[in-house]
Amino acid sequence: MKSRADAKPNVSRRSFLQGAAAAGATIAMGGNLRKSNAANIQQVSDSDGHAGVLVDLTRCIGCRICEAACVAANDLPELEAPVEDKTVFESRRRTDTRTYTVVNRYATSDALGDPVYEKVQCMHCAEPACASACLVGALHKTPEGPVIYDQDLCIGCRYCLIACPFNIPTYEYDRALDPKVQKCHMCYHRISRGELPGCVAECPVDALTYGRRRDLIKLARNRIRQYPDRYIDHIYGEHEAGGTSWLYISGAPFDDVGLPTDLGTQPFPVYTKEFLSFVPLVLVVWPALLGGMYLMSRAREQEDDTEDIHVHGGSERP
Amino acid sequence: MTQHAAHVDTSSSWIRDKIFQGLSPGEYLKSLLTGINVVAGLVIIAGLALIVLRFTQGLEAITGASHDQPWGLLLGVGLFCAVPLSATGYVVGSAVYLFGMRQYRPVVKNAVLIGFLGYLFAVVFLLIDLGRPWRIYYPLFVAYGPASVMFLVAWHVALYLSVQFLEFSPDLFQWLGLRKLRRWARKLTVGLTIFGVILSTLHQSALGAMYLLTPGKLHPLWYSPYLPWLFFVSSIAAGLAMVIVVSALTGRFLAIRADAPYLASLDYITLSLGRGAALVLFTYFGLKLLSIAHGNHWNLLATPYGYWFLFEILGLVLLPSILLLIATRMNSVPLVRYTALLTLVGILVNRLNVSLFVFNWNLPHREWFHWGEALVVVAVITMEILVYRWIVNRMPVLRAHESPEDS
Repeated sequence: MKSRADAKPNVSRRSFLQGAAAAGATIAMGGNLRKSNAANIQQVSDSDGHAGVLVDLTRCIGCRICEAACVAANDLPELEAPVEDKTVFESRRRTDTRTYTVVNRYATSDALGDPVYEKVQCMHCAEPACASACLVGALHKTPEGPVIYDQDLCIGCRYCLIACPFNIPTYEYDRALDPKVQKCHMCYHRISRGELPGCVAECPVDALTYGRRRDLIKLARNRIRQYPDRYIDHIYGEHEAGGTSWLYISGAPFDDVGLPTDLGTQPFPVYTKEFLSFVPLVLVVWPALLGGMYLMSRAREQEDDTEDIHVHGGSERP
Repeated sequence: MTQHAAHVDTSSSWIRDKIFQGLSPGEYLKSLLTGINVVAGLVIIAGLALIVLRFTQGLEAITGASHDQPWGLLLGVGLFCAVPLSATGYVVGSAVYLFGMRQYRPVVKNAVLIGFLGYLFAVVFLLIDLGRPWRIYYPLFVAYGPASVMFLVAWHVALYLSVQFLEFSPDLFQWLGLRKLRRWARKLTVGLTIFGVILSTLHQSALGAMYLLTPGKLHPLWYSPYLPWLFFVSSIAAGLAMVIVVSALTGRFLAIRADAPYLASLDYITLSLGRGAALVLFTYFGLKLLSIAHGNHWNLLATPYGYWFLFEILGLVLLPSILLLIATRMNSVPLVRYTALLTLVGILVNRLNVSLFVFNWNLPHREWFHWGEALVVVAVITMEILVYRWIVNRMPVLRAHESPEDS
């Protein structure tokens, strides 16, 4: 039987965890981030060097300060409901064009019956479905890790919204002439100048840890190993959908806290790869096949018919 | 002075001849004042008003589009249904020009025109639905996303639209009296047909392949690795059914523009295409079963979504397949025609299921569409029908080219 005290970090554990989090952030900020620019979205192994964030759901207290920090960091319109307003938890919210991140509350069946809060934002997949869906390359995985959007290329087809397995990108349906896709970009502008993403910087309980993905995975493993009662033995995002830059650890089953567990481990672009590889085959084989059929049918026609009735200068009579 | 007058005279008689169908402008306008035209005009005006709203207040003013349901009827009907229904050109074109099935020759020009207009108006729908339609050429000339199935669709729709225009151009040149151009254009027919079949094979299936990227979002009974095959095979049935239905309508409403061989051949062609459609639909039904077997989703058939799926594949695929078989055995042309209509309904339901009704099936509170987009869809289709009628009234679509020097 777990005691209530177990669920709440005691002081010494907190200070340890804070230290670890700070270490993670320091490693990432220490210039290593820039060195990983050889990474390529096709090579999953390189994704370990990507910048990412570890979300520890056992720490999140649902204060929604990350939401406000996100708004501030990205010059977004003010939150519809101020962070003090807890009634927002009564329904499950999703990202929208004014909010790149939202926190939802889940009643879970863990031993303590405490609610669990889950922060939603772009997962920054190693091989993003949205980027592979985009027909103009307006979305792409940067060598640093964030998946970013270029509104100067976007034609507004919204296939990225269709494709995203996490339902993250949103579209400005209320703008007549210059609608854009809006989604979390891991504060690419901030991390490019060595700052933390807005939400990570402001989180008061260190539920969010920014760092290189490989370090975050180590950190998560350590936490799970050290406190096996506290965590489910799984790092969400390590393999889901081919791996994501944002990672989650939780005390409640991931299914119960809004993270889809049916995504498999295959990167999403692979689902269409086979079809696309079929394309050149058709381009090469079809002309020969169809041309052959045409020649055969023409030969047959000429045999049948002494009149020259075929397509080239043929009569129109039926 | 006289020369000038003569010039004016010929050009005005050209307009009178080509545009006003030999009537004076006043007479022509009067001839347009029919009940059907007035209704069509009102529908189009209402649709245009909504399109103005879309470009002044954004898509949310006229569509039910949301972050969870980004595509509604505009693409569901205008792209995902319009493209298979426009398979007429490649299906009949390949039969006549490549496989030597000369018996279908009377309807081939009509089939190409239906296909061309279908793609043209699919682009119209895209221009309404895209967030920034003036960038529609970006995937062709500015920025490339070759890992995207939609990139393939964009290229193919653009190329195929051009191919179909060229395929149809001999009739256009005939109408304009440009004999030399017409002869050149006709020389391209076989090459264009082959290119058209390649493009069609790929983009008909690509529309299905676009949803390969959405496992979990598309209901498992509809999601299948066979989606490209399902879309391709059903597009053949759609093309055949569309030719049957439209040629029946031309026989009823545009017979005056058709020549005797065209009208005389319709019954035979209807029965013959009906037999083909029966076979294709049966194959499609088999593929549908295979796709359930592949995912082993038999247990899902006993759910509400399962009943809807069964209605689709039994009522709108297997039933028309059997009815077509019976009708062609009985030589019942009307039954073939009504069943072809049922087949088209089946294609519509399938494409709308995939793109709208069973997409994101596990999310609560979905608004499928807004009445405004439904009205825009009806208005644009009305425009398409009017353009079709305008062309058939003027160009030799339903009749052979008369002048002997052309052949």
